[in-house]
Amino acid sequence: MGIPKVWVFAEAADGELTSATLELLTKAREIGDSVEAVYVGDDAAAVAGPAGEHGATTLYAAPTDGMLIGAVGAAALAKLVAEHSPDLVLFAQSYDGRDAIARLSAKLDRTVLTNGASIAVDGDTVTVGTAIFGGNTLVDTAFGADKPGLAAFRPKSFAAEPSGGAAAQVVAVEGIDLGRAGEAKVLEHHVEELEGPKLEDATVVVSGGRGIGAAENYEPLVEELAKALKGASGASRAIVDAGWVPYSKQVGQTGKIVKPKVYIALGISGATQHMVGMKSSDNIIAVNKDPEAPIFSVADLGVVGDVHKVVPKIIEAIKSRS
Amino acid sequence: MARTDKNPARPQFPSTSTTGAERLHEDEWSDSMNIVVCVKQIPDPAVPGELDPETKTLKREGKLILDESDSYGVEMALQLADTAGGGDVTLVSLAPNDEVSGLRTALAMGAAKAVLVSDPEFLGTDALTTSKVIAKAVERVGDVDLVLTATESTDGYTGTIPAQVGELLGWPSLTFAKEVEITDGTVKVQRQTEAGYDVVEASLPAVVSVTAGVVEPRYPSFKGIMAAKSKPVDTLAATDIGFEAGQVGWAGAGQQITKVEAAPERQAGEKIEDDGDAHERVVEFLDTLKVI
Repeated sequence: MGIPKVWVFAEAADGELTSATLELLTKAREIGDSVEAVYVGDDAAAVAGPAGEHGATTLYAAPTDGMLIGAVGAAALAKLVAEHSPDLVLFAQSYDGRDAIARLSAKLDRTVLTNGASIAVDGDTVTVGTAIFGGNTLVDTAFGADKPGLAAFRPKSFAAEPSGGAAAQVVAVEGIDLGRAGEAKVLEHHVEELEGPKLEDATVVVSGGRGIGAAENYEPLVEELAKALKGASGASRAIVDAGWVPYSKQVGQTGKIVKPKVYIALGISGATQHMVGMKSSDNIIAVNKDPEAPIFSVADLGVVGDVHKVVPKIIEAIKSRS
Repeated sequence: MARTDKNPARPQFPSTSTTGAERLHEDEWSDSMNIVVCVKQIPDPAVPGELDPETKTLKREGKLILDESDSYGVEMALQLADTAGGGDVTLVSLAPNDEVSGLRTALAMGAAKAVLVSDPEFLGTDALTTSKVIAKAVERVGDVDLVLTATESTDGYTGTIPAQVGELLGWPSLTFAKEVEITDGTVKVQRQTEAGYDVVEASLPAVVSVTAGVVEPRYPSFKGIMAAKSKPVDTLAATDIGFEAGQVGWAGAGQQITKVEAAPERQAGEKIEDDGDAHERVVEFLDTLKVI
């Protein structure tokens, strides 16, 4: 017997449920006797199909009304939790997922477990597994008796598989009170043109660190190689902090977790902060001047050398083949 | 910049009037701005972390430093207060001991004072309880227009404090801001999204979390370091701000660590020295992986 009621905070991008949402629904199906989803957006009817296909029987939906998704989501959830008493609510470790879980935790006075990579159920006890210290230590943390448990999971923690269920029944959530949180208004959406695949979905990820020397080297070294391999470009925290590239490119403990087929680390020493974000890649290639760099301890192929010399030649060689 | 209710006579300007030429009349509306920056003092991240086998909490025995993530909030606060034409930047921090070395760094950057809620009972405190303590400390500072935080700490990285504090104070919270501007009682940010960014606006008082790298944190000057030594650090116990034993620490956390184990280690593979031809081996490897 599983957990009676498992809920998923569903998110969409460009009108489609995110892969992280589908992963959570799949996992919820496995551990729960019933699965329902809560969604904030104006296209609930469109996402009810895929939500149902992945196991949700109901999709509680609230419109954004120009407010923050996390703020509306938390207020809607607070109301729904009071009415339906779910046992567990799962969130994706995304910008809005994190925003929603944090707000809800304060509203319900419930603890949160974030950065989850696994979940286990033993009788009444729900345990969430996370990796700390750059992924070298695994910690299991159990929720206390208070319900619902609130947990956020890193994308790709679970596999997404359709169950073939019918479209979820859409139930509009009305009479939500956001308080002053509703004063925050979203005025504009800016979509940054992404060339190539998303960091989390790419087969190949090429990341740069301080070893690339300067902000202006990111494009010709990291982005060019990523482009040549039809991959995505990422970064270590060091160069995000230095302002060379935006936060959205950060791979690591405080950034994105990636598990591509090939991860290429250029001029990245391999701080634990970074390792936790890429260590589970299928294959790792590292280029670094320092033969003692910790990144070599996880690399399937390590090149001790100057990225400025090695990388242009790799790009050249790949281009000449196509 | 105070809330509008503090200075109703202040002329209203369009919220976009924040850049250079449009701000000729700045002195007409500028007012002091009280900002709280939440900062965390953490063990040096360069030193491998360790869990105490007894308490299952991060060992925090040695010298603690200012979490680098928080230096952006401190810098942002100093810049915003400066733009507003004055006001206090106050640090709020929690610690299980009286450690202040990290706070001194932020004070040396230019923050005016600090509130340190320090209590051995805090060991094992979860993020929500931490937020409750921070919210109480913000109320104690009083007359606060803006609370700035990082998006998450480097050592614990639960990443929920900003929105929790906002909810507990009953203020709007704008998370993952990569640009922040304050205009006449309104805060407007560029909020990071998966696709790019959103422009989000709210009235003050509000909570804003800033992503790393949004501003260049200043290095404390010698003068700043000297001045920091005599800046006030208001050190309080949890009970001083209305908490009872059992409400904080492991006892107050709705969670319990049940297991700690080493992750399976990844093995190092082939390592070659670049003699001018290393790229050939890389390309060959990529070829066998069928990505080219």
